[in-house]
Amino acid sequence: MLSPESLKKIDREVAKYPADQKQSASMSALRIAQEEKGWLANETIEFVADYLEMPAIAVFEVASFYNMYDLAPVGTQKITVCTNLPCALSGGVHAADYIKKRLGIDFNETTPDGRFTLKEGECMGACGDAPVLLVNNHQMCSWMTEEKIDQLLADLQK
Amino acid sequence: MTSQGIILSGLDGDRTWRLADYVKRGGYEALRKIIAEQIPADQIIGEVKKSALRGRGGAGFPTGLKWSFMPRAFPGAKYLACNSDEGEPGTFKDRDILRYNPHTVIEGMIIAGYAMGCERGYNYIHGEIFEVYDRFEEALAEAREAGLLGKNILGSDFSFDLFAHHGYGAYICGEETALLESIEGKKGQPRFKPPFPASFGLYGKPTTINNTETFASIPYIIREGGEAFLALGKPNNGGTKLFSVSGHVNKPGNYEIPLGTPFSVLLEMAGGMRGGRKLKAVIPGGSSAPVLPGDVMMDCTMDYDSISKAGSMLGSGAVIVMDETTCMVKALERLSYFYFEESCGQCTPCREGTGWLYRVVHRIENGLGRPDDMDLLNSVTSNIMGRTICALGDAASMPVQSFVKHFGDEFAFHIEQKKCLVPPQVQYDGSKIYVA
Repeated sequence: MLSPESLKKIDREVAKYPADQKQSASMSALRIAQEEKGWLANETIEFVADYLEMPAIAVFEVASFYNMYDLAPVGTQKITVCTNLPCALSGGVHAADYIKKRLGIDFNETTPDGRFTLKEGECMGACGDAPVLLVNNHQMCSWMTEEKIDQLLADLQK
Repeated sequence: MTSQGIILSGLDGDRTWRLADYVKRGGYEALRKIIAEQIPADQIIGEVKKSALRGRGGAGFPTGLKWSFMPRAFPGAKYLACNSDEGEPGTFKDRDILRYNPHTVIEGMIIAGYAMGCERGYNYIHGEIFEVYDRFEEALAEAREAGLLGKNILGSDFSFDLFAHHGYGAYICGEETALLESIEGKKGQPRFKPPFPASFGLYGKPTTINNTETFASIPYIIREGGEAFLALGKPNNGGTKLFSVSGHVNKPGNYEIPLGTPFSVLLEMAGGMRGGRKLKAVIPGGSSAPVLPGDVMMDCTMDYDSISKAGSMLGSGAVIVMDETTCMVKALERLSYFYFEESCGQCTPCREGTGWLYRVVHRIENGLGRPDDMDLLNSVTSNIMGRTICALGDAASMPVQSFVKHFGDEFAFHIEQKKCLVPPQVQYDGSKIYVA
């Protein structure tokens, strides 16, 4: 169900924890699964549970608790903009407004071509770089002026 | 990034984080000294106590004292955890420490492991900074390769290994017992205390959790001595500290300065007020800390005792600066939404109360406030505070209480006039995209 490369990555995570504490790797296993599949379907969660010898519900609890896991399909590029207070004081809301205008979608929506999903994020711990956004959870983009947003969207369109 | 301190000084951005660079800066000398001289654990903890290092994550608890709670003689596994789950709005210091000087955290943790007899440690890294997690993994590999981590460190009989655990988006995991639950592969809901982690921590074993910046201060304390560290700050507030300055200043960023530095000096270092506008309010220690009016803040020095005397908390050292274009109700509305969103849902007063707080502040901001809403807010906060397992409930309440206390007139204006005191266009223009 997951590729051999993903399983190898999960094994590397499992090795970080004591031999009898395999479930500690559930968070990273879900992350790796999501990277491969794009989002976490129930059968992906069940597969991870089986692989880590955990009850499926325990892994689902993890998947539904942490907000970077996607339990429904998202666009190829998920953009998450921080609008929390420190970012908002330096243009976080303006940056989000600009992206909404450029993509023609609101928060929690996906463009009709399935390319972009826009999300509103909570503090990413990079307030000094405001406006800050994340692409597909892992790529942080700092100091996002309108020009840089244009550039980013063009790059992600490719 | 400006440093008059010990953690971020002598760094050149992305170019000097590797092991070889760290060693050039005197890195791992403290560890080598401990191993070579077989310094007793008690002496190390004594040195940390002498330094008056206080926990840099927010609570400010004396680090040496915390370390002395660990039952050294406990047979079996003992653990160490580093809290790099930095998600308190306004706080962005641990990210810079980890990406520009990761080995100082690693060395600090090895020394802590030695002092408390731990065999294994985990660094819990905030979900949104994946690139930093990747780099930290690389730094760990370098340390392992050099014999600084793993079995028989530097040829001694001391063994300690360290791993990175990546979060995936939950503010609550910055709470230490939620962090442990999360390392155990569960949803991050805080545990009831007692038992405290020093007796029942990770996997039920004795565990000590410290913040990234706290561990990063340890190598200096061992190398130069506790007294030297203390002398960098002021009594009971030892050392230099990183302050993350955000909001309406000309140069947002991290500033590492001696504890006790006047706020006015820090503000000047951060380039002063953006556009020369007037200072209105400051949250001096991250979004959970009570807000202070600008003039009160201008009389404070940046240390635990001074900020506490002024009625707030130094917290994590996250200084959020707001100028006269800020609508205080809107500012609070955003923070209240954050706590509502991040409440883990375990305790009813917090789960339901944070929703009430957000909805009431939201309706005041949107011209639907009722005459007794300020009393209602105070009543909800007093029904949350002290009635929950962890401090998130308090953290959600303190901003509400302090905003209403110091800016009550502005709340009253919203309720009476059904509009903002600061015209919406002025607010919007005051917080445009700003890049220094």
